[in-house]
Amino acid sequence: MTVIAPTKTKYEAVIGLETHCQLNTATKIFSPVSTNFDSPPNTNISPICLGYPGVLPVLNEKVLESAVKAGLALNCQIAPYSKFDRKQYFYPDLPKNYQISQFDLPIAEHGWLEIELVDAKGDEAQRKKIGITRLHMEEDAGKLVHAGSDRLSGSTHSLVDFNRAGVPLLEIVSEPDIRTGEEAAEYGRELRRIVRYLGISDGNMQEGSLRCDVNISVRPVGQEEFGVKVEIKNMNSFSAIQKAIDYEIERQIKAIENGEPIFQETRLWEEGAQKTISMRSKEGSSDYRYFPEPDLPPIEVAKKQLEEWRSQLPELPAQKRDRYESEYGLSAYDTRILTDDLDVAQYFEAAVAKGANPKTVANWVMGDIAAYVNSEKLNSITEVVLKAETLAELIALIEDKTISGKIAKEILPDLLTKEVKSVQKLVESKGLIQISNPDELDAIIDKVLAANPDKVEQFRNGKTKLQGFFVGQVMKETSGRADPKLTNQILGKKLKG
Amino acid sequence: MTSIRELHKQLVRKERSAVELANEALDRIQRLEPKLHSFLHITADSALAQAKAVDAKIAAGEEIGMLAGIPIGIKDNMCTAGIPTTCASKILDKFVPPYESTVTQKLKDAGAVMVGKTNLDEFAMGSSTENSGYQVTANPWDLSRVPGGSSGGSAAAVAAAECVVALGSDTGGSIRQPAALCGVVGLKPTYGLVSRYGLVAYASSLDQIGPFGRSVEDAAVLLSAIAGYDPKDSTSLKVEIPNYAKLIRPNFRPRGRLRVGIIKETFGGGLDTVVEEKVKAAIETLQHLGAEIQIISCPTFSYGLPAYYIIAPSEASANLARYDAVKYGIRAEDADNLVEMYKETRAQGFGTEVKRRIMLGTYALSAGYYDAYYLKAQKVRALIKQDFDNAFEKVDVLVSPTSPTTAFKAGEKTADPLSMYLSDLMTIPVNLAGLPGINVPCGFDDKGLPVGMQLIGKPLGESLLLQVAHAYEQATDWHLKTPKLQ
Repeated sequence: MTVIAPTKTKYEAVIGLETHCQLNTATKIFSPVSTNFDSPPNTNISPICLGYPGVLPVLNEKVLESAVKAGLALNCQIAPYSKFDRKQYFYPDLPKNYQISQFDLPIAEHGWLEIELVDAKGDEAQRKKIGITRLHMEEDAGKLVHAGSDRLSGSTHSLVDFNRAGVPLLEIVSEPDIRTGEEAAEYGRELRRIVRYLGISDGNMQEGSLRCDVNISVRPVGQEEFGVKVEIKNMNSFSAIQKAIDYEIERQIKAIENGEPIFQETRLWEEGAQKTISMRSKEGSSDYRYFPEPDLPPIEVAKKQLEEWRSQLPELPAQKRDRYESEYGLSAYDTRILTDDLDVAQYFEAAVAKGANPKTVANWVMGDIAAYVNSEKLNSITEVVLKAETLAELIALIEDKTISGKIAKEILPDLLTKEVKSVQKLVESKGLIQISNPDELDAIIDKVLAANPDKVEQFRNGKTKLQGFFVGQVMKETSGRADPKLTNQILGKKLKG
Repeated sequence: MTSIRELHKQLVRKERSAVELANEALDRIQRLEPKLHSFLHITADSALAQAKAVDAKIAAGEEIGMLAGIPIGIKDNMCTAGIPTTCASKILDKFVPPYESTVTQKLKDAGAVMVGKTNLDEFAMGSSTENSGYQVTANPWDLSRVPGGSSGGSAAAVAAAECVVALGSDTGGSIRQPAALCGVVGLKPTYGLVSRYGLVAYASSLDQIGPFGRSVEDAAVLLSAIAGYDPKDSTSLKVEIPNYAKLIRPNFRPRGRLRVGIIKETFGGGLDTVVEEKVKAAIETLQHLGAEIQIISCPTFSYGLPAYYIIAPSEASANLARYDAVKYGIRAEDADNLVEMYKETRAQGFGTEVKRRIMLGTYALSAGYYDAYYLKAQKVRALIKQDFDNAFEKVDVLVSPTSPTTAFKAGEKTADPLSMYLSDLMTIPVNLAGLPGINVPCGFDDKGLPVGMQLIGKPLGESLLLQVAHAYEQATDWHLKTPKLQ
């Protein structure tokens, strides 16, 4: 008798991301007030940021430029006619009790972003397009500081800091094209790379200048209908996004299999406990009573202006990756490491521009230099004393055999910490130039052989392992400056007799 | 009744000083306020300081502008730095803005002497100034009657000569209707001509600041001083501002063929017979002056009122959400939590009419009702605009009564908001279309109460509007009559 085991249902997650990205404009979106992040509470404020009676918003043109450039970089259609709307809800951090946002006519729509997933060295990148539903401009709210608790519940009173009120935000909404935590994290990373490449945001998740909310539901593979959507908030790193999603997928599948209901709700990612917890029910969505903002005229981006902004777009991360692979022959993995941070990519390109071999530069940048940046906890490769041009010179000296790779590694700590005008002069003054003159090496090797007649005897009697001993002696004699390849060649010949 | 031009001459010739003018106005305010209640705050100290500065300039032989040294009243919904600005609302009791509205800054720069802040219907919502959270202003022609509203304080103060000119704001008729009921000139400019920066918002897409004067020329002088593009107001228009007063001097007569259209829909049911008579007589006067009169139909005109009572409260419901006790204004004592604080403060701070309009607007914008109310009202607004556009293809200026009635008794309409709303039937469509409109006194009823005629112009047609109004005024002597207050 055969028992047919029931086939286990396979599930897939349907995930969309809503990202808020703070722009790095000098002043706020609707008032000429500084956006500085770490000023004392309520110092970057004005009657406009505080929604005083009678004051009016005036759009910071730089915000529109940033939004349009982001829209273009995300392959969106830029709306020829767009407008602002008021989104109404009462909350103490929202000075006017409405947020100036964009509702039905956002500045950009219908775009996409391509993510690449590379698991390990040598793998081909897996590419996937994630649709961008829309991108719009809005003002940030202030911040509540709860006394006596880090949450509202349990606090004795709350203080309001309006410094953040009116800081410009882009809200970027993805299509529900994401299926895994890894894809979501990579989508977030790519988005951050794009805004950083554009120079419109610092994309710092810890400081909250990039905030991602996740919408996620689970359904059996093959089912068209979506499952019940849950929103997850409070992830302050991309790995937290990945982990929160992975946790949530598992939780929802388990619930379905146990016949438990999934509620439409907002859940919070608890970094400490590594799980999501229910925050509030979302059933019966809130009514924001949107209507067109009468204090701001509609936005019409002229064709000429649009083309000007388009022409100012830099090479974007995906374009850079393609170029590094095709032009420099770098692997997908190396390419991704080099292009992740624009400063690193620019450093790499500056060294290559000086004629250094791209693969060699890549190895230095990803190896010793990256290790140094990490160990010194530097913010950016731009803080390293060793400039890209100097690295290129160092590489050139290795390639033309002026110094050995070994010597290069020895002098690197000096180069990383002290400014050096010419590596050539440094190695000359330190007497570190490689000995690659066969005659010079001949004499040194003869001297070494003459000093060790017994070892020579043993070698000739078959103990060929001793070649390493002789190389060591030559290196000792030359303080490591002997060309290792040439030394081996000459030694081999001489030892054979 | 001395005009700004005459006062200016006297100042320049040193026949009178600015301090004398200020003191005269302040004395008169002192004497009349117990009966009139036009002013919420009297700013005697700053007025005298400003007047002294003007006198010093004159003494030093410096040139002064037309408004220098002229006593002026400012409606208390325009922010004045360091001086209370309450909008006649308890919720802004003792609120002192740290910034100056663009219009008052311009007046300060011009040397005008602000004698005080005038009463209004709370947040400019009303047609009788009875909705003030502080006091009820009387009509100088009959103290038992209302001055109209919402700029009733400014209209009464000008009619009673407590100041020479005043500023009001007009969202649905709040300058023109009280001007009519008080027998003075009041102009609502084209939307965007005057900056709204510092004007406490009622309905942002309709609000517009404008002048009151005892003559068209005085109103024109004040308009020239406050109009113009302001980078702080994104809805303000980038246009050149003519010297309106110069355009109507000396005595302008319409040259060539001036085409005046009577709006058919404004003469019908609900209109007082005496108002109809007086306005029709005024139209005849215009005809005698050479205007060609036509009857024009604006079929959507009567839909203005319902559309307005969707759009204006909708915007107001958002504009007034900021009064939440978190940042400024009053805060209810002993609220246990945040929501209680919101509810109690707003319950105590806002008056009945303001609450009514907040509720109307909140309802109209709610999910499921937005399309049926707000969106439909916006469509009506577009149709009204179109009707006006069509009319202005045939005529240069439109004419109608300003208010369907003369001044009514205090308390007469407070129990029936709908009958109160009808006071603005004639003026509201002009705001919805963003057009300029002016009230010119055109007679008195049998009780001696003023009747006003409304002239409506094309967008930015203020010059022609003022010219026609001035020509009419010069041909009549209604503006020379003054209320017997003593």
